[in-house]
Amino acid sequence: MNYKKLNHEDIDYINSIINDSERVLYGANINEDYSHDELSDTISYPDIVVKVTTTDEVSKIMKYAYENNIPVTPRGSGTGLVGASVAIEHGIMIDTCLMNQFIELDESNLTITVQPGVLLMELSAYVQERDLFYPPDPGEKSATIGGNISTNAGGMRAVKYGVTRDYVRGLEVVLPNGTVVEFGGKVVKNSTGYAMKDLMVGSEGTLGIITKAILKLLPLPKKAISLLVPFPTLEQAIRTVPMIIKSKSIPTAIEFMQREVIMDAEKYLGKKFPDNTSDAYLLLKFDGNSTEEVEKDYDNVAKICLEQGAIDILISDTNEREESIWKARGAFLEAIKGSTTYMDEVDVVVPRSSVNEMVEYIHGLYKEVNVRIKSFGHAGDGNLHAYVLKDELSEEEWEIRMKDAMDRIYAKARELNGQVSGEHGIGYAKKSYLMESMDPATVEIMRGIKKAFDPKNILNPHKVCQL
Amino acid sequence: MNILVCIKQVPDTNKVEVDPITGVLKRNGVESKMNPYDLYAIETALRIREETGGTICAVTMGPGQAAAVIREIKKLGDFDLILCGKQTTDGDTAQVGPEVSEWLNIPCVSNVSKIVEIQDGAIIIEMDMTNDIEISKVQFPCLLTVDKDIFMPRLPSYVKKQETKDREITIITLNDLDDKDEKNYGLNGSPTQVQRIFPPEVNAHQEIWNGTAVELSNQLLNKLQELKFA
Repeated sequence: MNYKKLNHEDIDYINSIINDSERVLYGANINEDYSHDELSDTISYPDIVVKVTTTDEVSKIMKYAYENNIPVTPRGSGTGLVGASVAIEHGIMIDTCLMNQFIELDESNLTITVQPGVLLMELSAYVQERDLFYPPDPGEKSATIGGNISTNAGGMRAVKYGVTRDYVRGLEVVLPNGTVVEFGGKVVKNSTGYAMKDLMVGSEGTLGIITKAILKLLPLPKKAISLLVPFPTLEQAIRTVPMIIKSKSIPTAIEFMQREVIMDAEKYLGKKFPDNTSDAYLLLKFDGNSTEEVEKDYDNVAKICLEQGAIDILISDTNEREESIWKARGAFLEAIKGSTTYMDEVDVVVPRSSVNEMVEYIHGLYKEVNVRIKSFGHAGDGNLHAYVLKDELSEEEWEIRMKDAMDRIYAKARELNGQVSGEHGIGYAKKSYLMESMDPATVEIMRGIKKAFDPKNILNPHKVCQL
Repeated sequence: MNILVCIKQVPDTNKVEVDPITGVLKRNGVESKMNPYDLYAIETALRIREETGGTICAVTMGPGQAAAVIREIKKLGDFDLILCGKQTTDGDTAQVGPEVSEWLNIPCVSNVSKIVEIQDGAIIIEMDMTNDIEISKVQFPCLLTVDKDIFMPRLPSYVKKQETKDREITIITLNDLDDKDEKNYGLNGSPTQVQRIFPPEVNAHQEIWNGTAVELSNQLLNKLQELKFA
């Protein structure tokens, strides 16, 4: 692709729009962080980073970039895992982190309108203080809401409450040519033409830049209780999951974890987990409006677990206990990362009835491919995270074994009618697996959509469906 | 070894209101939980029992009973060791442990951060004195108040909850006590009387000094003398 290389005139023009030297970084002033995301295997620096504060700034920069054929990469906190926010063609990076204002809490419509740079942890704390609830709960709480929308982030409450898409009502979007449009709105129902809002959700910054989001809220459940269920083996734990789902009790979360990952998290956080004596655990969470209601809900599930060989059911019913468990759960990714030299991840999702088969396959895979693999995940929604660890392998050995492991995992997911990504997206790193799993006609439609939004292909090129 | 653990219910929220007249917390209608600090005392008791064997008895006082049960702990039997959390999250006075030991006339060590060794008739512990760790050997019977994080408290077990749901809980009321004068118990009998509850004053005053180390230390000494801190 033939893009214009950024020159001094371009920098001067951007400076004239922003008019604040601290919000425009170029050359040596660009921090190394901007060259990669959380998993850092895709590395490429932008020529300039612009920390925008208004929709108008975004619009003016996009218009200029469009007219001058300069590539633009949008970015939030940079906590992605597939390189979606890395500036492959350099050019302009639009950092939305300073667009972090809460615009309106509309209690009559149960919506909140925010700028894209609001962090997930800020959002959930803000609404909880007002007895409201934003259910999506991805592990990475320092991600921006703009980033969450762009990957259609899922998280741990998906079993009961669904994913980010289910909580996006409306979006303000700056199109690649600088035009500002609104998709959706505060309405609950909407059959007005194509679902443009839903096309934006999960588009990984390839179709437009989200500058405002209207999110749906729920009343805050008054009580939440978690059950930490130790099992003698991973197989016993994971085979219980489809039975829990079939039992029609709906936990907000069903997670599985193994002792090794718990020990890594203890080491990483310098804090003990409430129990680490068993090989495998299920972690279930239930919510409701009173302790009695929640206890009644979980009793049936507790009995199923015991019938399937659970050693005990440990009850977490206070904030302190919840924190001791879920804080560790939130740190698993970082903890695993800290236990090795380098790693790559898979984020496959399979139908829930097959989750045990997928987990058991991954669990036994290290013997075949001779590389350390750790996994944990949202067993209840069929979305699994497996991390292939480099440890002390040489670069060549690593490339071969990692690719072997990945190929086998994705092939198994396809065999079980699963999908390449449950919640992390395709970005730059997983494109080849998307191409393998999707029929060519669908890929062509995706490319057509990209072309309709971005005919000059300046917005986040080389991502998702573009080779 | 026979171990007694003192536990208390506290409000399960940080939004609890204070009664402006009595200065006490309005507990009615607020969900309760066990005082988080007491969980460390219970965990300590369970760990000691795992090592030495023996029994654990827990005692609590709550609304519905006007009696301060702590004064009658002796009635529950002879204990080698009494364990308390270091304080509660509602009253935050950290007085109950030391007071109980005074009433029972047994030694007390507070802020225990580690159990070093349990011997025949005595226990060796580490006490966190903020700047120092003091290691003490205490003869049984004694009372310890244990610090947060002495052990990671285990989670309550569903299986044990089912097994113990019919276990009897002994309720002690005013009528069971020797001293039946209600005025000696509860709020009336408490040596702590709340005069007024107010948020601490925030002093935003700041002075920034520049200079050499010698100049600044002299200036600091003068300031402290002026404020009568030195």
